[in-house]
Amino acid sequence: MFQVRIHGRGGQGVVTAAELLAQSAFDEKRFAQAFPSFGSERTGAPVVAFCRIADAEIRVREPIMFPDAIIIQDSTLLKQIDVFAGLVTDGYALINSTRSFEELGISDLAHSHSRFITVPATAMAMEYLGRPVPNAVLLGAFAALTKIVSLHSVTDAINEKFKPKIAASNCAAATAAYEFVLAKVAAHA
Amino acid sequence: MLRQVEGSKAVADSVAACRPQVICAYPISPQTHIVEGLSRLVKEGTLEGCEFINVESEFAAMSVAIGASATGARVYTATASQGLLYMVEAVYNASGLGLPIVMTVANRAIGAPINIWNDHSDSMSQRDSGWIQIYAETNQEAADLHVQAFKIAEELSLPVMVCMDGFILTHAYERVDVPEQADVDKFLPPFQPRQIMDPNNPVSIGAMVGPEAFTEVKYISHMKNKLALDVIPQVASDFQGIFGRSSGGLVRGYKLDGAQTVVIALGSVLGTIKDVVDEMVGADFAIGVLGIIAFRPFPTEAVRSALSKAKRVVVLEKAFQVGIGGIVIENVRESLRGTDTNDYTLIAGLGGRPITKQSLREYLVRACSDNVEDLTFLDLDTELVDREILREAGV
Repeated sequence: MFQVRIHGRGGQGVVTAAELLAQSAFDEKRFAQAFPSFGSERTGAPVVAFCRIADAEIRVREPIMFPDAIIIQDSTLLKQIDVFAGLVTDGYALINSTRSFEELGISDLAHSHSRFITVPATAMAMEYLGRPVPNAVLLGAFAALTKIVSLHSVTDAINEKFKPKIAASNCAAATAAYEFVLAKVAAHA
Repeated sequence: MLRQVEGSKAVADSVAACRPQVICAYPISPQTHIVEGLSRLVKEGTLEGCEFINVESEFAAMSVAIGASATGARVYTATASQGLLYMVEAVYNASGLGLPIVMTVANRAIGAPINIWNDHSDSMSQRDSGWIQIYAETNQEAADLHVQAFKIAEELSLPVMVCMDGFILTHAYERVDVPEQADVDKFLPPFQPRQIMDPNNPVSIGAMVGPEAFTEVKYISHMKNKLALDVIPQVASDFQGIFGRSSGGLVRGYKLDGAQTVVIALGSVLGTIKDVVDEMVGADFAIGVLGIIAFRPFPTEAVRSALSKAKRVVVLEKAFQVGIGGIVIENVRESLRGTDTNDYTLIAGLGGRPITKQSLREYLVRACSDNVEDLTFLDLDTELVDREILREAGV
């Protein structure tokens, strides 16, 4: 089972991101369970959503405390809550930021975990969607980083979830982020 | 059709496939997505021949449901928490009048303190209301139980409460084979009401009954409610015949063969319990699980039979009786009468407190050697409790 925790703020499509990820896995004939951190979500407030992906039925209903991957949609959360809590040793962290690990104050953590990466997802969202909604962009990046789901499944899920025009721009943004991450990982290899 | 779908949406689509003729709704979290989904299906014309009535309160929702059901309509509503409490007077009337209304309770805690999260305090407060109560373990079962609920309700002319864990199920987005319209039509015939309010053929419904017959009326209600112990398994079996999957019934055992310790629970926590039990069985613990699907009427014989080899039972409950302890365990004890089986109550998940595998396993390992108290509150923060007691005492 692969477990993902997504951190962001109300209005950034955190819950939608978890659902899209689950839909991507479903499209690959796998089992997935997406659920929000239940609360009274308000715009701008910290929001958490979860997604489990497995090859068999998922029965467990506890929140994800030991994620295999963390997606951080808003890097200002790094100063506010312990977004990396419980991340497994070889876990992935995908952070929406244009800043370096040093500037974000997480260089020690990023160096002890080899699978940390930053992606300028908000800038890419502005470029492709004209709105600062980074969720679909980050899913494209997630597909490239973890290979847990394919980019094709991510874009399929986006096309199922959104109306054609919004879906097309989100797919383009996700694809751009996918290629960005592949190039970045290749450069570091 | 197999879909990756929110639990509430799966339930809305399943209810719509049952062709309800009247839906009355008042929003309350975490139930709201269900009736919102149904309102869209009515508005866009997918659900034809259905009047969707926005009422001014939950009390009105159940009152309108009663009126509509008495005229012979198939009726659905949904609520949770304070909403259920607000409609209670009408809830008892619905069962007393023998009206086959189906209602979802998206289980949520009851205030004060106000809390929007999941536990079973709301539906458990209505366990003596005369309604049939069934609890869903998964969203698949929630979808299926609604289809079965209409059939159970109409066969017995009694209302059915389908309980599903608020947020944990209603807001989870997972794989559900949503019942197809053609299959539901095969399974659930059009509603044939036992009696209809008709101005051309007037009858009195709900007339006063005095001391000379009230006991008899209540006794008959009790006997009628217990008929569901035969109807529920039959409906589950018919359902399996048409839909090809096992859903519903009275109880569901898991790894009971050779189990000396049996964990009993209702609802979605059974999934987490089964994962823990798998790990423990792997470590040579003789432990199994008994899920109770039908809580009213209580399947005393089915539970007795499932527990016949058990040395001890642990009843995990998401609600409790202040001043005594567990609710479900008192029912289970009816099944243990005459045995020397030990029983323990574990109160867990109140007000949305996550029930983690780790805490559950630590407790169950101790329970397997009778090393637990009769009544335990899982993950109770005793420091916080002590601090608060001192503060209140002015120390």
